[in-house]
Amino acid sequence: MRRLFLFLMLLAALAPQPVRGEDETAVRDAFATLAAGNLDAMEPAIGVIARSGVAWAEPVLRALLDGRLLARQADRALFLRTPEGTVLEAESGTPAAVEARTLRPVRINNRLRRALEAALGSLTLASPDRAVRLAAAEKLFTRPDLSALEPLERALAREADGAVREAFARARAAILVEHGPPAARAEAASLLASAASPAVLGKLQAAKRALPADADPALAEALDAAVARVETRLRLLEFAQTFFQGLSLGSVLLLAAIGLAVTFGVMGVINMAHGEMVMLGAYATWAVQEAFRAFLPGALDWSLLAALPAAFLLAGAAGWAIERSVISRLYGRPLETLLATFGISLVLQQAVRLGIGATNREVVTPSWMSGLVEPVPGLALTMNRVVIVLFALAVFLLLVALIRGTRLGLEIRAVTQNRRMAETMGIRTPRVDALTFALGSGIAGIGGVALAQIDNVSPNLGQAYIVDSFIVVVFGGVGNLWGTFLGAMTLGVVNKLLEPVAGAVLGKILVLVALILFIQRRPQGLFALRGRAAEA
Amino acid sequence: MAEISRKLPGGRVLEPHILLYLDGVTVSFDGFKALDSLSLVLEEGELRTIIGPNGAGKTTMMDVITGKTRPDAGTVLFRGGIDLLALDETAIARLGIGRKFQKPTVFDRLTVEENLELATQGGWGLGRLLLGRLEGEGRERVERTLETVGLAELRGEEAGRLSHGQRQWLEIGMLLVQEPRLVLLDEPVAGMSDAETAKTAELIRSLEGRHTLVVVEHDMHFVRELGAKVTVLHEGRVLAEGPVEAVQADPAVVEVYLGRS
Amino acid sequence: MVEARNGRPLLLLLAVGGAILLVPVLNRLVPEGSPFHLEDRLVPRFGKYLAYAVLAVALDLVWGRAGILSLGHGAFFALGGYAMGMYLMRQIGPRGVYAHPVLPDFMVFLNWQELPWYWYGFDRFPFALLMVVLVPGTLAFLFGWLAFRSRVSGVYLSIITQALTFALMLAFFRNDMGFGGNNGLTDFKDILGFPITSPDTRLALYLATGVLLLVALAIAVHLRRSPLGRLLVAIRDGEARARFLGHDTLRAKLFVWTLSAVLAGLAGALYVPQVGIINPSEFSPAASIEIAIWVAVGGRDTILGPVLGAFLVNGLKTWLTGAAPELWLFVLGGLFVAVTLVLPNGIVGLAAALRGRPKRPAAAEPAVGGAEVARG
Repeated sequence: MRRLFLFLMLLAALAPQPVRGEDETAVRDAFATLAAGNLDAMEPAIGVIARSGVAWAEPVLRALLDGRLLARQADRALFLRTPEGTVLEAESGTPAAVEARTLRPVRINNRLRRALEAALGSLTLASPDRAVRLAAAEKLFTRPDLSALEPLERALAREADGAVREAFARARAAILVEHGPPAARAEAASLLASAASPAVLGKLQAAKRALPADADPALAEALDAAVARVETRLRLLEFAQTFFQGLSLGSVLLLAAIGLAVTFGVMGVINMAHGEMVMLGAYATWAVQEAFRAFLPGALDWSLLAALPAAFLLAGAAGWAIERSVISRLYGRPLETLLATFGISLVLQQAVRLGIGATNREVVTPSWMSGLVEPVPGLALTMNRVVIVLFALAVFLLLVALIRGTRLGLEIRAVTQNRRMAETMGIRTPRVDALTFALGSGIAGIGGVALAQIDNVSPNLGQAYIVDSFIVVVFGGVGNLWGTFLGAMTLGVVNKLLEPVAGAVLGKILVLVALILFIQRRPQGLFALRGRAAEA
Repeated sequence: MAEISRKLPGGRVLEPHILLYLDGVTVSFDGFKALDSLSLVLEEGELRTIIGPNGAGKTTMMDVITGKTRPDAGTVLFRGGIDLLALDETAIARLGIGRKFQKPTVFDRLTVEENLELATQGGWGLGRLLLGRLEGEGRERVERTLETVGLAELRGEEAGRLSHGQRQWLEIGMLLVQEPRLVLLDEPVAGMSDAETAKTAELIRSLEGRHTLVVVEHDMHFVRELGAKVTVLHEGRVLAEGPVEAVQADPAVVEVYLGRS
Repeated sequence: MVEARNGRPLLLLLAVGGAILLVPVLNRLVPEGSPFHLEDRLVPRFGKYLAYAVLAVALDLVWGRAGILSLGHGAFFALGGYAMGMYLMRQIGPRGVYAHPVLPDFMVFLNWQELPWYWYGFDRFPFALLMVVLVPGTLAFLFGWLAFRSRVSGVYLSIITQALTFALMLAFFRNDMGFGGNNGLTDFKDILGFPITSPDTRLALYLATGVLLLVALAIAVHLRRSPLGRLLVAIRDGEARARFLGHDTLRAKLFVWTLSAVLAGLAGALYVPQVGIINPSEFSPAASIEIAIWVAVGGRDTILGPVLGAFLVNGLKTWLTGAAPELWLFVLGGLFVAVTLVLPNGIVGLAAALRGRPKRPAAAEPAVGGAEVARG
C-alpha cells in the first residue's frame, strides 16, 4: 500500500497540471481525509482543497456535494460517478476500470454541505468562464461566507473584467458587512448602499441587527445611514416604476384620445364610434400579421411596421365614410350625432364579431419589442411599454407638426377657431370636416396597432378605452392638443399612483369622481381657448 | 335704494336723474383692449344712439352693462348707486336692463304670445312657474305690447314662422313687456327692408320718454331717422357725442367713418 | 309641441290607460283556450315594458323638453331598483340558502358578520320607498347643481353623466360595496307579504307600474302646459336668452332634472320585483344610451312618443333576441342612425306629418354644446 501511495505521488508529479499551493502533501492528505469519511476531519480538508487551486478540486468537491464521490477503502483512492453512471478516476477524469462493489459513496452532513457550497463558490471564482464567475459572485453576495473572503480577494486582485470586478467587490462588501472587522464594515456598507436593491437593504438591516450592543456607535451610524440611503433610493426606484407605468397608460390613452380631440375640436361633435376605429386598427394589425405569416414568414418580426399604414388607411377610410354618410348630415345637432355614432359603433362591433369571430385574436410581440430594458440599475422596464411610450410621443409630435405646418393643418385650425369666418375666407369646411375625421380616425387606427400589443384584440377592444378617451379630451380642454397630451399623461399617472393605495377599481372610481368635480370647477378643461374664439 | 346718491371717484355725486353711469371701463382680451377707459352717462328717459366701426367696442360695452363680461377696471352704476359689477346677469336683468342681441333670439318653437308671456314671467319662482298662470296686470302688459309692436294678429303663430322684421319686433316686444328701465338694442334694423326699417324707427321713437333706450347701429340712415343724441365709439373710447348733425360734421368722425355712409 | 297645443291630453291619457288595461283583460277575462288569451308568464314582461316607458318619459322630460341629454339615466333607474332590491332581500329573512336570520345570502357567503349600516331600515317598506325616491333624487340634485351651476351643457354634460353611471357601475361590481357585487340582488321571495311570483302579485305589480306611468304622463302633460314647460323649451333653444329675460334657469333645470331622476328611480323600483333581479349591468353606459333611442324612436318632446318608443324597441328586442340574436345589435345600431337621420321627430312626428301637418325638422341645438364660456 505504501508503494501504491508512492506510485500515486509519482503520477501526481508527472501530471500535466502540477499541484500548486502551500503544501502539496497537505493537499494530498486532505483528499485522503475525504476518502476516509471522518465527518469531523472533512471540514478543514474541504477548506484546504478549495484553497489548493488544483484542477481536480472542483469536480471532486462538486461530486461530494452531489453524493457522487466514491472512495476505495483499500487505498483511499477517489472516484467520480458521472450522472450517467460511469465511474471516473477523480484526479485524471479518465474512465476507471474498477469493480463497483469495492467503492463506497462518501457521505456528508448538512454542516459539510454548507462548507462545500461555500468552497465551490470560491472555486468558481477562478473559472475561465465569465458567466460562471459572475454567478459565483452573485452566489457569494446572497450567501456571504467568511471563508470565501480570501479566495474572493485573490480573484478580485487578478480579475480584469470590469463588470465582474464590480460584482466581486459587491460580494466582498456583503461578506465584510456581516463578518468583517468593524473598521471594514462601515466602508462595506457604504459600498453596498451605492447599488440599491431589496437584497442590499436586507443585508444592511441584518448587519445592523447583528451588531453587538457595545459596538462602535460610529459603525452603527454608518449602517443606519447606508440603510436610509438604500431605502430612499428604493422608494425613488419604486416611484419611477409607477410613474413609468403611468406614462405607459397615459400613452395608450393619448393614442386612443388624440384623434377624438382633433375631431371634437374641429367639429364639436363626439364620435362614439371612435373606440371602434381603434378596434379596426387592432384587427388590421392582426390581419397584416396573418398575411406575413402566410407569405413572408421570415419577416414576421416586421409585420408591425407594415400594419401601421394598413391600420391608418383602414380606420381613416372608415372615418371618412362615417363622416360623409352620417355626421355631415347632422351638422349642428351634436347630441344626435352622438347617438348616431353610438349606433355605428354597435354595428361595427357586431360586424366584426360575426365576420371575424367573438374570440380574442392574438398579435405576437416581435422579438425587438420583448424583454426588459434597464436604463438605471434596479429600474427594469418592459421593452414593449417603452416602445409604446416612444411611439405615442412620435405620433403626437407628428400630429402637432401636421397641424402647425401643413395647409390642411392651417385649415383645421381656422375651422376650429371660427367656422363661419373660415367659410367666408373660402375654406371648404365640408372637405376639412371629412379630412379631419379621416385623420382623427386614422390616428385612432394607429393607436390600435399599439394597443394590439398589450391588450386582447377583440370586438370590445374599443369600448374599454372610449370612456377614458372622453375623459382625457374633456379634461385636457377642447381644441388643444397639448391639453390632450397633458390630460392623458396626468390621468395615466394619477391612475397608477392611486392603484396601490386604493386598488384598481376604486382608483378608477376616484378618478371619475374627481373628473366630474373638475369639470364643474373648470368647464373648459385644463386649457381653454380664451376670448372670442371660445364662443364660436 | 334707487334714490341714494353715491360719491364717485372724482368726489362728484351721481345725480338722481342719471340712469346709467360708466367711468374708466377697461376690458382687454389677451392684451387687446376692447374698451379703453370708456365713460358714458345716460339720463332717465333718454334715447341714445351709439355708432362706431367694427371693433369699436359697442358689443363689449353692452356685455359689460348686462354682466356678461367683467371689466378689468372701471365703474358701472345704475339708477343712482347700484354697482352693476357686483351683480350677475340674472340679477342685472331683474333690475330692469333688457337687451336685444344682433342675432334675433326669440324662441322659435313658442308662439308669439308665449314668447311674450315667458318674458313677462321673468323672476317668477319655481312654484308659480309650475302652478301659476299669467293673469291681471301681467296679462294686460302682454296685450298692450302685442299692440305696440303690431303683432296682435299673429299671437298664435310660432315665432319660427315669422318674417325677419316681425321677429325683431317680437324681440323688442319681449324687452318692453318687462317694462325695463333701460333697453339696449343691438342693430335692430340689420337685414330689414326699407319699409320694416321705417316701421322700426317709428316704434322706437314711440318708446322715447317711456323707456330709456340705447340703440347700437351701423345704418346712418336709420340713425338720422331716429334723430337722437349720438355717441361715436372708436377703439374702445368715446370719439364724439352730440346731435346727429353735429356728430356727422365732426372731422374726427368723418375720418374714422371715411367711406362709410 | 303639436300634441300639447292642439291635442287633447286628457284623451291621450285615457287612451294610454285603456291600453294598459288590455293586459289584465286579456289575461283574466279572456278564457285560457282563446287565441287572445295572455299567459300569466307574459304579464311581467309587459310590466317591464311599462317600467321602461316610465323611464323613457322621465328622460324625455329632460332631453326632449329641456335639451339635456342624459346618458346616465340608467343610474337613477338602477339606484331605485337597488333600493327596492334591498327591501326584497330583507324580506327573504331566514329563508335564504344559508338560512341566516338577517344577513342576505351573499353576505354570509362573503363571511360578513353584521349587516352594514346602510342596510338598516330596508326591512320596512315605507323606508325603502322613501329611499327609492331620495337616493336617485339626492344624487341627481347634487350632480345637477354642480353641473348646471358651472353651466356645463350639451355633449359635455352627456359625457359626465356617462362617467357618473360608469363610476357607479364599477362601484357596484365590487363585492365589498355590500350590494351583491357581480350577481346583484336576486332570489326574492315576497313583497309586502305576497309571494312575488304568484300571478296575482304580478298583475298587481303590473297595474302599479301602469298607474306610475299614468302619473308620469300626467306630470309631463301638466309641465308642458305650465309656464315652466315653456321656460324649459326656451332653455333648450337658448338658455342665455332665457337668463336675460330674468329667469333662474339653474333652478328650472335642476327641478326638472331631479324630478326626472325620481321618476326613473320609481320606475326602477317597480322593474326589479317584476324581473326578479337587479345587478350592476343596469348601470352600464350602453344601457343608458339605449333609453335615448326609445325616446328618439317614439318622438322627442311628445307625450306618447317615449311610451311608444319604449314598447316598440323593447318588444323588438325581446322578439329578435329570441329569433335572430346576432341581428339585434345591427337593428339597434341601425335604429340609432336611421332615427337621427331620417326620423328626427320619431313616430309621433311622422304620424303628425302623415296627417298633413308638416312639421319642421327638430329645432337646432346650440351649435357647439358645451360650457358657455364667459368672455375674457
